Amino acid sequence: MNPNRTYCSPTIFIVGCFFFLMSATAFGQFDLGKPSVSGNIETIFQYLQSDSAINAFAPEQKAVMNTYANINYTLGHFRAGIRLESYLPSVAGYPAFYSGTGIGYRFVEYNTDKLSATVGNFFEQFGSGLALRSYEERAIGLDNAMDGARIKFRPMPGINVKGVIGKMRYNFNDGVVNNSDGIIRGIDGDIALNDVFSFLKDSPIKAKIGANFVSRYQGGSNDTLVLPKNVAAYSGRFDLRYKDFYINGEYTHKINDPSENNGYIYNNGHGAIVNMGYSQKGLAVLLSAKSIDNMFFRADRTVTGNQLMIGFLPALTKNHTYNLAATLYPYASVPSGEVAYQLDLLYKIKRGTKIGGKYGTDINLNIATVFNPLRHDTEGDYDKDRIAYTGLPFDKSDSLYHFDFNVEVKRKINKNLKLTAAYFHFIFNNNVNEVTKDAKGYVTSDIVVLDAAYKINKKHSIRAEVQGLFTKKDKGNWATFLVEYTVSPHWFVAVMNQSNYGNPDEAKRQNYPFGSFGYTLNASRFMISYGKQRAGIFCIGGVCREVPATNGLTFSFTTTF
Amino acid sequence: MKKLLYALAITAGIGFSFANVINDQDTEGKAVPSVTIADVEGNVIKTSDMSNNGDPIVISFWATWCKPCKLELNTIHELYPDWQDETGVKLIAVSIDNERTKNMVKPYINSAAWDYDIWMDVNGDFKRALGVNNVPHTFLVDGNGKIVYSHSGYVPGDEEILYEHILELTK
Repeated sequence: MNPNRTYCSPTIFIVGCFFFLMSATAFGQFDLGKPSVSGNIETIFQYLQSDSAINAFAPEQKAVMNTYANINYTLGHFRAGIRLESYLPSVAGYPAFYSGTGIGYRFVEYNTDKLSATVGNFFEQFGSGLALRSYEERAIGLDNAMDGARIKFRPMPGINVKGVIGKMRYNFNDGVVNNSDGIIRGIDGDIALNDVFSFLKDSPIKAKIGANFVSRYQGGSNDTLVLPKNVAAYSGRFDLRYKDFYINGEYTHKINDPSENNGYIYNNGHGAIVNMGYSQKGLAVLLSAKSIDNMFFRADRTVTGNQLMIGFLPALTKNHTYNLAATLYPYASVPSGEVAYQLDLLYKIKRGTKIGGKYGTDINLNIATVFNPLRHDTEGDYDKDRIAYTGLPFDKSDSLYHFDFNVEVKRKINKNLKLTAAYFHFIFNNNVNEVTKDAKGYVTSDIVVLDAAYKINKKHSIRAEVQGLFTKKDKGNWATFLVEYTVSPHWFVAVMNQSNYGNPDEAKRQNYPFGSFGYTLNASRFMISYGKQRAGIFCIGGVCREVPATNGLTFSFTTTF
Repeated sequence: MKKLLYALAITAGIGFSFANVINDQDTEGKAVPSVTIADVEGNVIKTSDMSNNGDPIVISFWATWCKPCKLELNTIHELYPDWQDETGVKLIAVSIDNERTKNMVKPYINSAAWDYDIWMDVNGDFKRALGVNNVPHTFLVDGNGKIVYSHSGYVPGDEEILYEHILELTK
């Protein structure tokens, strides 16, 4: 694996473009309208202490920091943007391959109604993203931005064509972005049939179809194997809507792509997703199905972990936000193969009824199951063709990867008081998605949450949460208490404690107390937190983000301009 | 060293040349950036084309998994008929749900009975163009299409502040 360094000449290019745009406005040579600048800055600073009891380890530097500044400049049809990043060193739990200060992202773009051309970095998604999705989840250090060129073309209303060529961001080492060894080429198109064919214009059925082709080139060879240098994936998709019904889906086929992840087998791969639903006022039903096999499709066949995934395989489970439900046994897609189903039901018991109460009651039920796909032995000679097994889409075995049943009931009691109760039942297969060293196989857990929000007056409100997680395995039972007090428009303060009171090992019955205090002024926020924190999606004072495990003081600042 | 110089050159260039731009923006507000996304029905939307016949527009970034976002939009939902009568304001709720949760958007808005325009920013293009860090994040656009106010986060009561800013525009 030898990622290429690529940043010098594009940098000069960007500087040139910026100055060109500046001078254009300064001297009024073109009438391009008024320029506009937008962007944001985010800083997270931590002073960390070690606490071996909760596996929080302070680095030698003790003080750590992540900072980002995004600046977008728009002038008429032109747009340019840049992001500076700084990790000195990166904050707790952040991937170690982010270090130093430098330019992490830059692009120039030309847009008209029919055409858009981008040079430099960009984020892109084809269809549902199974074949290609470059995106950023900054809070968890995920960024596979493309670096190259993109053209989007809309020849007539209802027809969209996109083409991309580029490398993918691999890491940010000592202030320099390293891109993938492989080059990704892709083309995607979709047609809204009702816009294109006049006889369908007034049809109550709205239909859209699309397709794409994505290919990775990577040279290199292996001592014993002949590796395909160009690996392709192609997809077809559809989207049908009729009044309150919809159904959409995508199927991606990937040709053989021997890689470090799949043990250099020569199987083809596939990904399939189907979503269907019905919704009306007060009622919604949704059913989703997914089948994945051998879908490690990366910009470098030798890389493992989270980086350089070309395609995106969404987890078909609810995105839980209550702390104990979100952070202890979170499910993630298994790219080597899985068959998953999910059902969602939203129902509002009418207001004014006996069960519904004065304001009505909302019920949200969600069931998700994930299974190991069924695999058969091949008749061929593995030593010759390296085809490890055969299988069919949606052909599941009875080996369970994950089960998630949850129900949430929300009720407004009066003008100022809202209550939420939630119940979760997880059967988590720790052998498939390992999240704990303390258990093997299935971990079954039940979680109960009570959440009360009370508006004291126009500006003051208070919210409290009580959560309990009950399991006989792993670390045993947990409890969480949270109280949050907010004063609009500027202040909030929150305290919480998580307690692993049921740990079978008495010495490990840890508490995780955590307090935070924040100030918001329009589009800027400061926050100071102190205490111990587990990893997961964390919502406090009105904002949600994903955070790593820490012990110590955290200061964060964000602003949007 | 080389890259540090580049970074400095760019920063200086931006800082120097943007001083005027930002000055202009402070007095007049800045235009809504132009990005092509889709609405919840899949129709193509060019963000800079948003209009409300000269009345104000609120752009609110949210996601189906974000509780404060839903609290904000459900709170405004109850006030919305009055707000519309008094000021003609229109709210556009821009979902940043990704592939995992985006199919939840339509069922959710239907069951919540929101009367807002719903846009889908699945690839985050509009979010990035406006510099949004986290959701919820709310922008207020005046009748001339200029962003005059923006707010990060939501706590109960913030809707009153937003409404004060909307009223200022319609005086």
